Amino acid sequence: MAVIPAKTASAKLAAPAQKRNFRQSNLIGYIFIAPWLLAFFAFTLMPMLASLYFSFTDYSSLDSLDKARWVGLQNFERMFTTDTKYIKAVSATFFYVIFAIPLRLIFALGLAMLLNTGRKGMGLYRAAFYAPSIVGGSIAVAVMWRQVFGTEGLVNGFLAFFGVPARTWLGNPDTAIWTLIVLAVWQFGSPMLIFLAGLKQIPTEFYEAASIDGASGIRKFISITLPLLSPVIFFNLIMQMISGLMVFTQAFIITGGAPLDTTLFYALYIYRRAFENFQMGYASAMAWVLLLIIAFFAAIVFRSSSQWVYYETKEEG
Amino acid sequence: MKAQISSFILHPLFFTPKIMSLSFDLSTPKQKQELVKSFFYHLFVGGFCLVMVYPLLWLFSSSLKPTDEIWRTVMQLIPSSITFDNYVNGWAGFGNISFTTFYQNSLIYTVLATLITVFFSGMVAYGFSRVNFIGRKFWFACMITTLMLPVQVVIIPQYIMFSNLKWLNTLYPLLLPRFGGQAFFIFMIMQFVRGIPKELDEAAEIDGCGKVGIFFRIILPLIQPALVTCAIFSFYWTWEDFLTPLIYLNSPKLYTVSLALRSFADPSANTDWGAIFAMSALSLVPVFIIFIFFQRYLVQGISTTGLKG
Repeated sequence: MAVIPAKTASAKLAAPAQKRNFRQSNLIGYIFIAPWLLAFFAFTLMPMLASLYFSFTDYSSLDSLDKARWVGLQNFERMFTTDTKYIKAVSATFFYVIFAIPLRLIFALGLAMLLNTGRKGMGLYRAAFYAPSIVGGSIAVAVMWRQVFGTEGLVNGFLAFFGVPARTWLGNPDTAIWTLIVLAVWQFGSPMLIFLAGLKQIPTEFYEAASIDGASGIRKFISITLPLLSPVIFFNLIMQMISGLMVFTQAFIITGGAPLDTTLFYALYIYRRAFENFQMGYASAMAWVLLLIIAFFAAIVFRSSSQWVYYETKEEG
Repeated sequence: MKAQISSFILHPLFFTPKIMSLSFDLSTPKQKQELVKSFFYHLFVGGFCLVMVYPLLWLFSSSLKPTDEIWRTVMQLIPSSITFDNYVNGWAGFGNISFTTFYQNSLIYTVLATLITVFFSGMVAYGFSRVNFIGRKFWFACMITTLMLPVQVVIIPQYIMFSNLKWLNTLYPLLLPRFGGQAFFIFMIMQFVRGIPKELDEAAEIDGCGKVGIFFRIILPLIQPALVTCAIFSFYWTWEDFLTPLIYLNSPKLYTVSLALRSFADPSANTDWGAIFAMSALSLVPVFIIFIFFQRYLVQGISTTGLKG
């Protein structure tokens, strides 16, 4: 009986203290995130707004902001009507993303399933498959890739072994982009690790039960693995597509956009316009269109996800 | 408490399943069948593995071949005679600047950027995951959105800003943005902080420890594995970073290894392929050394965030 008044008394006492605590924790919270917040304003938000402004201007000099001349939608008009290079850049980038990303994920999933069998040597295999991913973005690998597909390079050397005549992989408009797609697929290591982690979370009882019911391997894959892994696949698809749209270094070093602009990727074209032709306004307009393309894709994948992504209901306590 | 944290780190997810001891007793047909299966498995997976790493092996082997042999023996992985001449010739660099300078530049950039990024990422991650404040969810959403933001949208105004500040050809444009931490790392550390029981914070609070004290005395020591993972990724991405140095560093004396390699391997300027291969291979050595020693941390980082590495 004495417990109840004591409780209410302490609650009354706690109220102002809690308020003070809350105000204090507000301050502390902002102190802790202050570094990120400041950097976000200075190096992300303000540049974004500046970029949006530049995209409506003709801004070809670095001397002062006064040189930015308002031109309205002229940059965007030019992009979609007169600039044939822009259309080429867009189609090259989409071609690259449409082939490279699904292929990379297919390889990643296939190898993850092969490595998930618990046989000997899994650690070694995992390391070897992951190795290309950690060096894949480097200049060293880009330089190497140029030689792998060079006229006297590794691929031609290998084909000569089978009597196939040498080809100029990088100089041919039909094959140049494929050397970059192969390079992207070669780096399937990190999605493979993510899939591997996801596969290990699927209870083995599911497969055992399916086996008892006489399900085949393919059936088990379609009915158990794929639905249970779908959130992971979905998430990877978005993130990889987005990074695929921004690919720059490899094309810059390996093909330089050639031949006939078939590998002139979006990011590379922006770089050329901004830092080689110093057309900052036009480049900003292109960057904003890229942002909208990315936002559009992310939205489509997020929206459609409820149709095919299976989220297991969590029963955590 | 300790058991709980180590159980998080040692979660079976991050570990290779126990190596199944293979019996060589072929007395039953089932075991025989298993052995045949295993043989074909390793033939296939191992063979594919070899195809995957072959270009890298080829790069290293070519760097050790005499220059005139590289293109004559493209298909030969083991050089007829091993020479380090390519490394000596390559190290001399170009324009009277040797790779000593480039490695110094890269090392300074990588070490400073990594230390800054990792510390501030940890600090911000703690703020987001353990302190209640108004607008927390909003700012967190902003941070996650930046993961998808194309760098092209911000890089032009950033360049204009830094060039107006007369900071081109300095390390400021490369290092200043790092003081905010990196969204990917903040997210990864937050995932890790989640695994640390809240009771620890509460116990410390009862003992009179403030939020700042909790961060430095309790959280920071406990999130070390996550910080190591971040440090490794940060090292890789900074070491291999190309676009930022390309834009801000124009003087060859300031070139990082990546930038130097690009100029060095320019086919119109250099045809000493032995030296080019040697310097390319050498730039990957630090990456591979760290990979071999810290592989477990990398696998963990990728698996916990589900993001690319």
